Amino acid sequence: MLKFSFWDILSNLLIATEWTIILSLIAFFCGGIVGLILLFMRTSGVKPLEWFTKSYIEFFQGTPLLMQLFLFFFGIALFGVEVSPWMAATLALTLWTSAFLTEIWRGCVESIPKGQWEASATLALTYIEQMRYVILPQAARIAIAPTVGFSVQVVKGTALASIIGFVELTKAGTMLNNATFRPFLVYSLVAAIYFCLCFPLSWFAKKLEGRLNAAR
Amino acid sequence: MLYKLEFGDLLPYWDVLLQGLVFTIVLTVVSTVAGIAVGTAGASARTFGPAWLGRVVVVYVELIRNTPFIVQLFFIFFGLPAAGVTLSETTAAFIAMVINLGAYSTEIIRAGIQAIPKGHIEAGVSLAMSKWEVLRHIVLNQAFRKIYPALSSQIIIVMLGSSVVSQISAQDLTYAANFVASRNFRNFEVYLLAALAYLLLAMLTRSLLRGLGRIIFKAE
Amino acid sequence: MPLVSIRDVRKSFGALEVLKGVSLEVEKGDVVAIIGRSGSGKSTLLRCINGLEAYQSGAILADGIEVGGLHANLRELRRHVGMVFQQFNLFPHLTVAGNVMLAQTVVNKTPKKEAREIAAEVLAKVGLSEKMDAWPSQLSGGQQQRVAIARSLAMRPKVLLCDEITSALDPELVNEVLRVVEQLAKEGMTLILVTHEMRFARDVGTKLVFMHHGRVHEQGAPKEVFAAPKTPELQQFVGSVA
Repeated sequence: MLKFSFWDILSNLLIATEWTIILSLIAFFCGGIVGLILLFMRTSGVKPLEWFTKSYIEFFQGTPLLMQLFLFFFGIALFGVEVSPWMAATLALTLWTSAFLTEIWRGCVESIPKGQWEASATLALTYIEQMRYVILPQAARIAIAPTVGFSVQVVKGTALASIIGFVELTKAGTMLNNATFRPFLVYSLVAAIYFCLCFPLSWFAKKLEGRLNAAR
Repeated sequence: MLYKLEFGDLLPYWDVLLQGLVFTIVLTVVSTVAGIAVGTAGASARTFGPAWLGRVVVVYVELIRNTPFIVQLFFIFFGLPAAGVTLSETTAAFIAMVINLGAYSTEIIRAGIQAIPKGHIEAGVSLAMSKWEVLRHIVLNQAFRKIYPALSSQIIIVMLGSSVVSQISAQDLTYAANFVASRNFRNFEVYLLAALAYLLLAMLTRSLLRGLGRIIFKAE
Repeated sequence: MPLVSIRDVRKSFGALEVLKGVSLEVEKGDVVAIIGRSGSGKSTLLRCINGLEAYQSGAILADGIEVGGLHANLRELRRHVGMVFQQFNLFPHLTVAGNVMLAQTVVNKTPKKEAREIAAEVLAKVGLSEKMDAWPSQLSGGQQQRVAIARSLAMRPKVLLCDEITSALDPELVNEVLRVVEQLAKEGMTLILVTHEMRFARDVGTKLVFMHHGRVHEQGAPKEVFAAPKTPELQQFVGSVA
């Protein structure tokens, strides 16, 4: 059997961490773009669009992320397309992220006083222009803290991609554990690395929230 | 190629899936009650306890909130035996859930306590109430009223997150779905059914908690 | 043809009927003061004129455009019908100039430089030339309201709707806003004001409309109506506010 030193374990975990970070970034940014489109639909006042977004959000917030990963992994295969764990994971995590971000941002948009909508409507701005020039610039200020806060959930969410076989930090931990039989050490290190990724984000989110509250 | 969905193949396994569903419900209920108890203790210790205890609580909360649940679960189930603590998969699942929800509810309840005006505590003290009486009747009572919606959402998040316990072979709904899929290879159908069961459970839990909240906090 | 013509407009919020068949004609250059108790429907009527509220029956024509008509027309309508609100509703994330320039650049596609020149001109008109690059939060209520007026004027509206524009102001700030409106009236701007300022309505208005229970209860030349109210409701109202 191969002999793994502490440094071997750690360096292998850190290499896999790269994939956790890449997956997180893709899910967060693509989820943000999808979320923004959904936000426009959700607040448009057009009933079918609102109904669609509501059900979309209900589904992705009301079912386990793990189920969503399974459904994408096995569901896309039904169309005869070869699915890699990577593809299923990015897709599922992106849509899952978009649902939560839409809901967070909707709250921010709705906290903008009604007078801002009316004044901009009176100036002949269309709905898209109202959002673009008047509502979103104000909502964005409030949205930054909870959005950064949610990025922590995205990083943690990527850990579930390990279950459908995508090799990122958690999967690497499982593999190293099987090879070394040192579960206490391996999972402590895995947890420590996640903590190093997530804690700065949590801390930053709290800082932003505090600054916003102080400004009010 | 068009694939034809066959939900009929799931029928022979209805009892397996039902057992899984029951396990998930029990797991959620027990960890909710125990988790909120942990959270109440944690939040009280953090706000009113000695400084060292407060620091211990902060470390606990931040460690849990900044690591994935699945890693916590693996650590408890696979890691702890190496340190001499061996747990069955069911016990490990329950403990991990309680620890997880405990940390989140500590943070939520603490925020509720902080939102209570200092004057209320002083008023209680000036009415000759003891520290414990003030905590129970004035502080926690009001705090829970305030944070009930946030706590409710967290309970649903934790319920959905519990599907991960299948990975240490705790026999919840997801474990049952995995089992059925391995038998009849109807992966998509069984996961779709399970997902819908979770969705229904989430919606049910939400309205149940809302109704419960109305009964508990009706005096307003 | 009247600039704004309102014919038998009805509007309900659920079971509550707030406009029970209102008709009104506004000619170019008119200064119409709408008075009445709170809940008489006067603000709702004003908000119907530029489509902020939908009405159930009747018709409103503003500058030849049917307000209850197609959505595309609403944008055209609002380019010509300005509105000033009780709560100012300045955009807090934009400077004073930014507020005044926004609709010009976005809706009218006016080049930035030209829009800024127009902004300078309308801000001079409301006496706030030196505040061009200030932020709304740095201004007093009266100054904010004058910026809101300038913001509407920059669109060169044919008619300006004013919804209780001095009601949210401290008493000492009311006059600076009224003076601006009076100046606009003198220059021939068509104005429809919902107001509680009876003296202003009498001295500046060319037409007075008293609304009561969702109807136009009495109307006429302000000085005559105030001097000799015909209906007991208006007599009582004038008595209570005088």
